[in-house]
Amino acid sequence: MDMATGEFQASTENSRNLAIEAHGLVKRFDGTLAVDGVDIAVPAGAIYGILGPNGAGKTTSLRMLLGIIDPDAGYRRVLGAENPQDVARLIGYLPEERGLYPAMKAYEAIGFMGALRGLPLDVGRERGKELMEAHGLGHAVDKQIRQLSKGMAQTVQLLGTLVHEPKLVVFDEPFSGLDAINQGKLEGLIRGLADKGTTVIFSTHVIAHAERLCENIAIIAGGKVPYAGSVEEARDRIPAQVRLETRKREGRWRTALPAETRQVGDFFHFPLPESGIEPLLKALIEGEAGILSLSIERAGLHDAFVAIAGEAAARDMVADAEGKPA
Amino acid sequence: MNHSVRNGGRLSMWRAAYVIARRDFTAILLSRAFIFFLLGPLFPVFVMALAGGVGAQVQSEATSADVGIAMESRDVDAMLAAQDEVRDLVGPALPNMVELERLAPGEDFDAATYLENREGSLAAIVSGTPEAPKLTATAGRLTRWEGMVALVAAHASQPGAQTYPAVTTATVETSGASENTGRLRTAQGGQLLLFLLIMLLASMVLSNLVEEKGNKIIEILAAAIPMDAVFLGKLFAMLGISVVGIAVWGTTGFAVLTAGGVSLSDYANPGVGWPMFFALFAAYFGMGYLLLGAIFLAVGSLATTVREVQTLSMPATMFQILVFFFASLAVTDQGGWIEYTAMAFPLSSPFAMVARAATDEALWPHLVALAWQGLCVAVFVKAGASLFRKRVMKSGPRAARSSRSLGKLVKDTFRNRSTPPA
Repeated sequence: MDMATGEFQASTENSRNLAIEAHGLVKRFDGTLAVDGVDIAVPAGAIYGILGPNGAGKTTSLRMLLGIIDPDAGYRRVLGAENPQDVARLIGYLPEERGLYPAMKAYEAIGFMGALRGLPLDVGRERGKELMEAHGLGHAVDKQIRQLSKGMAQTVQLLGTLVHEPKLVVFDEPFSGLDAINQGKLEGLIRGLADKGTTVIFSTHVIAHAERLCENIAIIAGGKVPYAGSVEEARDRIPAQVRLETRKREGRWRTALPAETRQVGDFFHFPLPESGIEPLLKALIEGEAGILSLSIERAGLHDAFVAIAGEAAARDMVADAEGKPA
Repeated sequence: MNHSVRNGGRLSMWRAAYVIARRDFTAILLSRAFIFFLLGPLFPVFVMALAGGVGAQVQSEATSADVGIAMESRDVDAMLAAQDEVRDLVGPALPNMVELERLAPGEDFDAATYLENREGSLAAIVSGTPEAPKLTATAGRLTRWEGMVALVAAHASQPGAQTYPAVTTATVETSGASENTGRLRTAQGGQLLLFLLIMLLASMVLSNLVEEKGNKIIEILAAAIPMDAVFLGKLFAMLGISVVGIAVWGTTGFAVLTAGGVSLSDYANPGVGWPMFFALFAAYFGMGYLLLGAIFLAVGSLATTVREVQTLSMPATMFQILVFFFASLAVTDQGGWIEYTAMAFPLSSPFAMVARAATDEALWPHLVALAWQGLCVAVFVKAGASLFRKRVMKSGPRAARSSRSLGKLVKDTFRNRSTPPA
């Protein structure tokens, strides 16, 4: 790992602008490889998404980044510290499995979570009341957690994650269990945090949230990161899709369509040819296809994710079948 | 490390432990379960009191400490008759007076020697004459019984007397054979009480951890503070709860016994004296609880469900019962290898040392034992926290499904962890 360390020292300038950087993180549980060489670089102040199917290794990766568990191999640096626990007070973390003490009052729960991050208990409790008021939960300040609805309890925990005003906030599947309205509110809150300069990193298997919120993402599949980069680059990995509607169903123009063409109802779908749309258009006109409509649709993040994660899964399956590392 | 990083460091272990302990202590103290925790050990006392059992027991305890009368024959008769009269006035607070010796006129009687070699329930001797009684006893009993003896003597010398004779007192150190027997009883009683308290508290701390896992808040704690601090916080919170409990139980018990006229001076003085015995008992309770509590917490960390917790804690409980029996055996083998082994083995050490405090005067073995037990507590807590940290922070169903042996888990705990390069 010396070589890797050397590379990081050489890239100190870049590192200064990164809230999180991790290279080659590996974690095994009971001999099973849960995370296999994860690389992540999260710019400071960004909203960064970690996407992956269930069981891909997202939570384990986040736990390693937070120092909850140590990697078996690899390197991590969080807010400039090689040991994430050295910057624990600057981090807020909302785990996937929500947990609060049922008998605690809501504002006390927020204060307690702040106290865990070094905030004096009375200050945390006062801020808890203010935050609850600001988020429309003023009526529930004195209620015990067990008396709150699931959504309200989740909001209380979210506020507890933020009460100490962290510089880095890590959410593990923050949208799970929330209704559409609360999902929208959470998206707004995440944008608000980023506007204030807070770095937000969250994991999700619902791509739409990442597409709306993130500039950069990492896709984790099978414990590996087959893609890390901007959302736009991920979308560009998949060719744009052409959707064609013609008056005629058959004719010599059909020979101009690519072999991967699928017919769905009245429409033909196929990837945009590498030669561009103009030669195809010319062939269709000359072949008298009778074009009713033609649109070129750029691939969405969902398509990119399915393609990238699917390729990774396919590679794993092949590797497993051949008994080789993927 | 730059300024922001230094300011962003997590809480120190002790401060984090304080945050956890404060939360747990308050939560438990304000819970309904705590009321039952407090009342639980008092139920038998209340039931006995309602059934008149306490009164009978107190009476029995009071009468079991007899005051022997060694006077001339007619004075003995007068004192015994006066005792019956006075008992009607003062009730069970009056010690039971029994005939000890009918002396010939002018015959000397060495009450101190007689008392130090006494057997049975003889606790004091009144000699001399009803007009000039002499009370020989331990210092505590002299204080308690001087007035009573004067009262009885006054009635014996002149029925309806308005003035009491001055009682001459002589103090004895009770170090005879009967004292040793009493000390052994104190040792065994102390061990039993220690065992019951520790088991009660260790079970409670386990329940507390299970609740925590059920609440799924443990990951929030693990992300923010050292896992050792979570362990320490939980252990010390329950220790604090136990202090409250013991204070309540102790005060109640003391009040009940005092009302019944029972005093510590009725019992054999422990080797280190009562004040030091109580102090050492508290220290060994703390150590014993921390040792067993750490084991129970580690057991709790291995389990994913309440049922698993019950299954896994059963062997730990049974083992602790065996340890208690072993320590009990050590009381009968003072100075032998069983006692030394019991003192050295961490889990039996607190029990063995409590017994030693009751039977032996030396204090230095306790300093050594407490240091050793403190070291063991540190190791146990560290290992338990390590085990917990390794076990509980696994993602997904694989962790729940995996069924590794306890031995392998422990081995993994002490195996070197891979560390990212600096």
